[in-house]
Amino acid sequence: MNWSNIVTVYLKELKDSLRDRRTLMSTIIIPALVMPLLTFGVGKVMSVVMKKAQEDIPTVAILGGTDSPAVVTALKKSPKLRVVASPMDWKQAIGDKKLRVAVEIPPGFEAGLKAGSAPSVKVFNYTGELKSENGTRVVERFLIDLRDQTIADRLAEHSLPKTLARPFEFKRENVAPPEKVGGNLFGGFVPYLIIILCFSGAMYPAMDLTAGEKERGTMETLLCSPVARVDIVLGKFLMVLTGSLSAMCFMLVSMGATAAIGGSLMMGGGGAATKVGIGAATPARATMDVIPMIDPLGLVGVLAMVFPVAVMFSAVAFTVALFAKSYKEAQSYLAPMMIVVIMPAVVGMLPGIDLNARLALVPLLNLSLVCKEMLSGVWHWDYIALIFGSSCVYAAVALALAVRMFSREDVIFRA
Amino acid sequence: MIEAHNLTKTFRDKKRGTIRAADNISFRVQPGQIYGLLGANGAGKTTTLRLLATLLSPTDGGATVAGFDVAREPEKVRANVGFLAASTALYARLTAREMIAYFGRLNGMTDDAVRVRIKQISAELDMDDFLDRRCDKFSTGMKQKTSIARTLVHDPAVMIFDEPTLGLDVMTARAIVKFVRDCRARGKTVIYSTHVMSEVEKLCDVIGIIHDGKLLAEGTLADLRVRHSEQDMEEIFVKIVGGEGTK
Repeated sequence: MNWSNIVTVYLKELKDSLRDRRTLMSTIIIPALVMPLLTFGVGKVMSVVMKKAQEDIPTVAILGGTDSPAVVTALKKSPKLRVVASPMDWKQAIGDKKLRVAVEIPPGFEAGLKAGSAPSVKVFNYTGELKSENGTRVVERFLIDLRDQTIADRLAEHSLPKTLARPFEFKRENVAPPEKVGGNLFGGFVPYLIIILCFSGAMYPAMDLTAGEKERGTMETLLCSPVARVDIVLGKFLMVLTGSLSAMCFMLVSMGATAAIGGSLMMGGGGAATKVGIGAATPARATMDVIPMIDPLGLVGVLAMVFPVAVMFSAVAFTVALFAKSYKEAQSYLAPMMIVVIMPAVVGMLPGIDLNARLALVPLLNLSLVCKEMLSGVWHWDYIALIFGSSCVYAAVALALAVRMFSREDVIFRA
Repeated sequence: MIEAHNLTKTFRDKKRGTIRAADNISFRVQPGQIYGLLGANGAGKTTTLRLLATLLSPTDGGATVAGFDVAREPEKVRANVGFLAASTALYARLTAREMIAYFGRLNGMTDDAVRVRIKQISAELDMDDFLDRRCDKFSTGMKQKTSIARTLVHDPAVMIFDEPTLGLDVMTARAIVKFVRDCRARGKTVIYSTHVMSEVEKLCDVIGIIHDGKLLAEGTLADLRVRHSEQDMEEIFVKIVGGEGTK
């Protein structure tokens, strides 16, 4: 092994890759844009759609209620509802989104209330349809208020205190630090993104440096040089690893910048988001009394854990692409591998799956689970050591395989 | 000098079984000599040359190139060989200068030595106008000159040419032929594979005729003419390989 030759090969591959648009797209541009696009693009569109849906005054049809004029009048007076005449086929109208909700007031509703019976009001909606769900919430709020008012009236009628029906109050308050809240919220999502970007960052340089070179005829040119094959593999592999790590780094930097900008916007531009707070720009923030943040120490831990996985990805992508005769063939091998990579990352995002000694040996799933824990401030050092160690072993095996494949004539000169 | 002794290479093919692409090939090429390896497509020329350039390792037999054994000292062999083939392409995203410098460094040259050598080769091959342009913008002639410069950068003692004129226009092919002659004039050991008879007649000091992986005949052009009672190289070739019902 000659490090001078390895560096020469690596520097040439770096220069070559920086001039390749496909590699630049996968290792720099897409990773740098993914978080701002998700947060300010898709997030913004989502919040606009949600806001618009919430501002939309739902159309409500009242079914029955002719003998309950007070309730009907109160519904009609509600500024949050627009009562319309009930169409003949109101179920069809709800299905066609022409009507959001229908409220069925049973016969003798008001008389029943006075008599002390418990009449049942039915609310008909289109489950899952955003505007219909919003309208349902408004109608249900109206009915809850009406019920509370009825209770209050009855208590007052008997000169009883209000606390009889509501003997105590309660209030929810978060005590977890913002880092833990953020880690819990995004701990599954961040490793998922990192795993995908790490692999896609390795994929394009790997294809270009192996199958691409074979296809263009430069592989044979390179093999004519006196450099040992192992030096060529390591030089090329380092470039693939650079692609993988740079995709991850650009994504993290862009995520931090997005969080800082998003946090500043949330705090009124005061620049208060001093920590990485990616949750700052999410809709979930609206219901929280804390800005979720990601613990920087957790992030450092994630980076350390991802490194051997990036090595493994780079070596595997390199080996698989090396087997192909052309760039297109390499793509057809590596694209399905993305699904194999995504699956454990998705499983790791699922709630209720906790890290144990057996799962700590499952590649990628172990990373996803341990990252989730680290970002939430939980440090199981025994599992961390086991996962890091096993990832290093997998990475070493993959790299050894890459070197071995590169020495095989039937792979390099595959016709 | 090149010396091949019973050089053999077999491949396994699922459909055709074991293929002997090079079968007990022995020959010797002296410095200042051009050895022409003449054969039809698939005769085993490329395999033989790849074995000499250590791109492939022999299944049996062996060879020494510039005094180094192809099986035991492949890196030293490659350090003394310039290999030019139709299949050895250029890095499209590098400039000609970067391409030549890269191979200079891979051959262990210092940056200063590379700079001096590029200046020298560029002047020799008239490359100054396009030296700093990217290879993907080159004409075929420019590409060939850059490839030649790449093979010459470390001034190898042995030159291996595998059908270097394949697919080239007449003018570029003539330039290559001239370059091969220059190599001989400089005392390099040259091996040149082709299936073009006229090139063999014009260039080669010794001709080896290869067919089905076997070296069937060897000698100077004059020897072969006398031995086979034919003047035309094509007729000699057909007689040797047993084509047109002469078998």
